Amino acid sequence: MKNPHKFHGGVHPPEHKTESSRLPITVAPLPPRLIVPLRQHTGNPAKPVVNVGDHVLKGQMIGAADGYISAAVHAPTSGTVSAIEPHAVPHPSGLPDLCITIEADGEDRWTERKPLDYQTADPDAVRALLRDAGIVGLGGAAFPAYVKLNPGRQKIKTLVVNGAECEPWITSDDLLMRERAAEIVAGIKIMAHLMQPEEVLIGIEDNKPEAIAAMQSACQGTGFEVVTAPVLYPSGGEKQLIKLLTGKEVPSGQRPINIGVTCSNTGTAYTVHRAVNHGEAVISRIVTITGNVARPQNFEALIGTPLDELAQLAGGARPDTSHYIMGGPMMGFDLNNLGAPLTKAINCVIAASPALFPPKPAAMPCIRCTQCAQACPCNLQPQELFWFSQSRNFDKARAYNLFDCIECGCCDYVCPSHIPLVSYYRFAKCEIVAQDREKIAAEQSRQRFEFKQMREEREKAEKAARMAEKAAAAKAAAAENPDDPVAAAKKAAIQAAVERTKAKKAEAAALTPSPQPPPTRGEGANEKGACFDLPSPQPSPAGGEGAKNTEPS
Amino acid sequence: MVLLAVILGAVLGFASIKFKVEGNPLVEKVEATLPQTQCGQCGYAGCRPYAEAVAAGQAEPNLCIPGGDNVAKNLAELLGVEFKPVGGDEGAGPKPKMVAFIDESTCIGCTACIKVCPVDAIVGSTKLMHTILADPCTGCELCIPACPVDCIAMIPVQKNIATWKWQYPVFELKKAA
Repeated sequence: MKNPHKFHGGVHPPEHKTESSRLPITVAPLPPRLIVPLRQHTGNPAKPVVNVGDHVLKGQMIGAADGYISAAVHAPTSGTVSAIEPHAVPHPSGLPDLCITIEADGEDRWTERKPLDYQTADPDAVRALLRDAGIVGLGGAAFPAYVKLNPGRQKIKTLVVNGAECEPWITSDDLLMRERAAEIVAGIKIMAHLMQPEEVLIGIEDNKPEAIAAMQSACQGTGFEVVTAPVLYPSGGEKQLIKLLTGKEVPSGQRPINIGVTCSNTGTAYTVHRAVNHGEAVISRIVTITGNVARPQNFEALIGTPLDELAQLAGGARPDTSHYIMGGPMMGFDLNNLGAPLTKAINCVIAASPALFPPKPAAMPCIRCTQCAQACPCNLQPQELFWFSQSRNFDKARAYNLFDCIECGCCDYVCPSHIPLVSYYRFAKCEIVAQDREKIAAEQSRQRFEFKQMREEREKAEKAARMAEKAAAAKAAAAENPDDPVAAAKKAAIQAAVERTKAKKAEAAALTPSPQPPPTRGEGANEKGACFDLPSPQPSPAGGEGAKNTEPS
Repeated sequence: MVLLAVILGAVLGFASIKFKVEGNPLVEKVEATLPQTQCGQCGYAGCRPYAEAVAAGQAEPNLCIPGGDNVAKNLAELLGVEFKPVGGDEGAGPKPKMVAFIDESTCIGCTACIKVCPVDAIVGSTKLMHTILADPCTGCELCIPACPVDCIAMIPVQKNIATWKWQYPVFELKKAA
């Protein structure tokens, strides 16, 4: 079916797809060491459930999902856990993160695989299996799939399967659809069973004729519809694809589920099928190694394979390679350490050279030509957002819907002044998120402070009440038998001590010329006197002080 | 005319009761701007007293040291006064976020720090070592002078991937020919 709808803006960057799509998917050989990051998904990182020295089997859970938005991670092969420590991970910060290192034993022995008959099983049991199998969205954001595949009370009208793969250079979904269409469709069936949508639309850009043909033949008799869309970046963006296929626009600040649509990647559907029908967790994925390498192609590689080994498998980078890009050239970022491992979210690694990716010309001032606004697929005003982000006017940036920006890079691509607009949006977003986090922290500390104050007041009051009670009891006892010799002796002793002190003070005052102005001393004496004279029985802080002072004497 | 005056008077009287504002709303706004470290570095007993003093015009809006120039700027804007940098020098920025850390082998378990911590971020008991919960710790440094054995140190908060931020893009404008 041809697609009747359109989204706003979009650009046509050079595709560069054929470089890596000529060769079939190759299964990468088992590397000697695998480094599995515990944070491979949106949400909380997984919690390690193995110890250093443990022997693990292929597909065994080594990190459990921690909290609602989280996913498990698994051993990609059998071997021994040699380290659980921070290691370089593919992240724009270049900061290390907690990883589990496994020394492969070469046997590649599977743990027990338990497939599930999803048609008879409880949907919640299927979702629990997806969580424990570490299924996350393989389109890039790596959002835990079991959360997404829970319609709740919302009626789902459309399940959109994203096979658009609009980003230049990347062909991993294309090859997966060509070679494993039947398995993808089996996965879509499971998703459809969980979501019960009225229709299932599979969106593919029309530059992948083989994939379209394969998916169409696999979908025969299922009722799923393959919809082709003209090539236009970023048609593979979730909200853009939904607009393209259904004509519905996801409102600002909302998620597709709010309009009865769910969108999932074809790669995710494939892993859902492997997990439910074969009991296999996500331990490998298809990744495109392309750009300035000898044999660009797609590999089915184990999660945790160091990226430099994958680059070697693709024939190695040519000598003029300057750096590596993770993801596509539009939305990806520069990798600063090729020793970082493959994670679930990586669909492509590009070796870049100055010839393939010439450095951007120096940026010029914004001339407010609004070409970026014409290209923006989110209907934003990038020139305004740039202005506010540059001047750190974050409230304004937020008011202009900065958080609807998907960082697709269309504005960067068309900007005649070559301004790195997306870098400004990323900066502004991070600052706003950090400010919000600080605000929440400040509010929490205020609450803790107020609670502490309240507690201290209460403790003081309680103590005062206790003291007053005691004093009253003693007074009552004294009143009952005024001739108690013990009490009388005590009283006399106290009286004598007070007299003695008074005499001593008077003597000292008479002897030494006072070094301090007398009023100060008088005040001090008065204060003390007040405390002694008025042992207030009220449970007030002042009373507490008074009562406390009378007690020891 | 008299009737109208009576009616309007009644409306005004009713409105003054119905829409009575409790306390000074400016104090709340100022307090919401402050970082709530409760450190007392401004010279007041906590953020609330400082907010009250600022709102009453008795204190300068640039005394909040943990908040740095950002907070001073926001307060100046809120009060409609001219911004003055914290500590007198422009661009000092807020201090890097620190948290207190107790050397547990030196701690004697005196509970002195627990009593002064404004946010109950220290756990421990008499004659048992204490430790600091890093999350609620505001880095106010009030526990440092309280410790009789000097076993508390301030350590900078570790950067990690979850709190990492994209930096302000720095690029060259075209060089003048």
